[in-house]
Amino acid sequence: MIEMMSAQQKRIHPYKFNMWLGLAGIIMMFAGLTSAYIVKRSQPGWESFTLPGIFSYSTLVILVSSVAIQVALRAFKAHQMGKYRLFLAITAVLGILFSILQVSGFYRFEEMGMKMIGIGSNPAYSFVLAIAGLHIVHVLGGVVALGIVFFKAFSTKKRNYDSTPVEIVATYWHFVDILWVYIFVFFHLLH
Amino acid sequence: MSNEAVIQPGVISHEVHEHHGEHHHHETFISKYVFSQDHKMIAKQFLITGMIWAIIGGLMSVLFRIQLGYPEATLPWLEDIFGHWARGGKISPEFYYALGTMHGTILIFFVLTAGLSGTFANLLIPFQVGARDMASPFMNMLSYWFFLLASIIMMSSLFVQTGPAAGGWTVYPPLSALGDASQGSKIGMDLWLISMAMFVVSQLLGGLNYVSTILNMRTKGMTMTRLPLTIWAIFFTAVLGLLSFPVLLSGFILLLFDRHLGTSFYLSDIVIAGKILPNEGGSPILYQHLFWFLGHPEVYIIILPTMGLVSEVMSINARKPIFGYMAMVASLFAIAVLSFLVWAHHMFVTGLNPFLGSVFVLLTLLIAVPSAIKVFNWLTTLWRGNIRFTPGMMFCIGFVSTFISGGLTGIYVGNSTLDIHVHDTYFIIAHFHIVMGVSAFMGMFAGIYHWFPKMYGRYMNNTLGYIHFWITLACAYIIFWPMHYEGFAGMPRRYYSYENWESFKQFAELNRVISFAAILSFLVQLLFLFNFFYSIFKGRKVTTKNPWGANTLEWTTPINPGHGNWPGEIPEVHRWPYDYGKDGVDFIPQTEPVTKDESKH
Repeated sequence: MIEMMSAQQKRIHPYKFNMWLGLAGIIMMFAGLTSAYIVKRSQPGWESFTLPGIFSYSTLVILVSSVAIQVALRAFKAHQMGKYRLFLAITAVLGILFSILQVSGFYRFEEMGMKMIGIGSNPAYSFVLAIAGLHIVHVLGGVVALGIVFFKAFSTKKRNYDSTPVEIVATYWHFVDILWVYIFVFFHLLH
Repeated sequence: MSNEAVIQPGVISHEVHEHHGEHHHHETFISKYVFSQDHKMIAKQFLITGMIWAIIGGLMSVLFRIQLGYPEATLPWLEDIFGHWARGGKISPEFYYALGTMHGTILIFFVLTAGLSGTFANLLIPFQVGARDMASPFMNMLSYWFFLLASIIMMSSLFVQTGPAAGGWTVYPPLSALGDASQGSKIGMDLWLISMAMFVVSQLLGGLNYVSTILNMRTKGMTMTRLPLTIWAIFFTAVLGLLSFPVLLSGFILLLFDRHLGTSFYLSDIVIAGKILPNEGGSPILYQHLFWFLGHPEVYIIILPTMGLVSEVMSINARKPIFGYMAMVASLFAIAVLSFLVWAHHMFVTGLNPFLGSVFVLLTLLIAVPSAIKVFNWLTTLWRGNIRFTPGMMFCIGFVSTFISGGLTGIYVGNSTLDIHVHDTYFIIAHFHIVMGVSAFMGMFAGIYHWFPKMYGRYMNNTLGYIHFWITLACAYIIFWPMHYEGFAGMPRRYYSYENWESFKQFAELNRVISFAAILSFLVQLLFLFNFFYSIFKGRKVTTKNPWGANTLEWTTPINPGHGNWPGEIPEVHRWPYDYGKDGVDFIPQTEPVTKDESKH
């Protein structure tokens, strides 16, 4: 059995592979939404907009958080658990900060008279809410995952240096980061 | 990554559910039958949940067939059971629409997607690729539990005051987006959407497990070209689900926005009961695009697994190698790719640009090529085989029959010119019921009869199986064949009653025949259920490991395999799974090494 394990070690860990497949699914969902957006944009009644400046700050925040989780991952692999926990916490806080900034960006929309929901709303703004809102849900899902690996790092029962769960969470986090950058650029180019 | 690592919680701990792992080896009732992570048990959970749904969904069709076949009859017992839904012993129009909608939803998603893929993917993937279990047994368990959650929510929608969703299984807006538009667009519609969202999550959790197990956990020697066709079919099915269900979810999310947040993604210029709605700028066609981008792959999600099951069972019982293995794989691949490029053929009459329509016609008709290749290969597999007419084999042959008759009308309706005439008529009903409803059920029954000995260590009763087969096949044709004529005459689908149309009065008796056959075919399915559950406890016991003389790996496991499937090491694979009747030998299992003087295949 040992030989078999080492022979199969080269293959990707099934959980990691599952994560990549899951990301493909998420990509399809956002591809569906953004292509619906493109179709809608070419139809009458579309109102053009520019994203409020607050979304640039949130983009910066999520980019920094990606760096933070990379630092955390390296620390974990070097068995520096203190540093690992610190940067994991920083990542999670940045994730929450990002979400808060996004939501205040939505309020900014409303303040500028661009209604996202309710009577008088325009599909253009509603799309921003739906797409960016769904992205926030994915970021918060990542925060929950960060929380789980964070508290596991405090477990005294078991010392676990298997980096797979941390790597999976880091992959997911980079993914939601890149996903937001895509959405951000998308909204800038097609508005 | 090793198979053992996943199944033994000690090697890779399921940290999130640590206490769960501890219970794993002394199995309690709860961990064995309820929160099971064993792929075989999860398969049975999917199967039996699917059966319960099939009965509910089938019963619904019986009810609306009563209305269609006997529109003038008053049946007081209906009122006794359904109360205000059947006041005066007649099914009310609201109830009729709800029945049709839920029949479609339940059969398509809960039975032929979850019940079919869930059962056979879970049962066969680890068995036939030679793995101890799925890549992630925990996610596999979650997949079932999300399905059950979706089921419970959908079931609860049947019992709310205003009834379940009733705008057709496609829930097109604006009808589905406006609670004021109909009874069935109120809370029932919300429950429908939430249930379907849970269902999508379940399918994704399951699907990515299937893909990664097939790609990563094959035993030594099991190259991709040595995989049984069942596994190839399930593989493409899972990929389709993974890529199309999220798009459906995005369509549903926008629909929920429109329903509850006053947005106008799908709504524009609508007047309800004399009141002008403020929504502007939306387009209901947008929903149709998002829906059918899933909706079309969905029909292949239903039919591909059964194509795999049929290929496998047919080859075993014809005692011949499957004809054109690589062509079978290639045509599965072609169907999977094309399925993403044809969705607008459901939308020919939405005002689609005719030029665009002709592109979709071309792509749609292209699907006939791989489908025909598959049919040709099944027929040539049967040709001059030493056919053993087991119930499983009967259903395989039935599958080929219905797939041909239903597939041919697909060529009719794939042409936009013809489709504009028969669109939304009974011709469409006949087409898709035969090609994906009946055929998929045929394939599923073939799979159940064939793998029942592996699931429960007993056989199902053959005589009941034959009765089940012949009545089902006959009824399927009696129900759906005449519908083609009704459709050609322009009889629209989804209507509550045709009594007021002079042109459709001629079909009153035909409708009665159809309804009679529908009720009979429903009753014979109860016979099947009896056979199934009776055989679990009292069926003839399986006494050999390999009762069918099959080559694949699941028949090298013990008769009642434990969690982990093989007591010792996982066997190594040396050949493809279709060496039947080779060099005068009846069958050569995949585990047999290739000898020197053996001919090549």
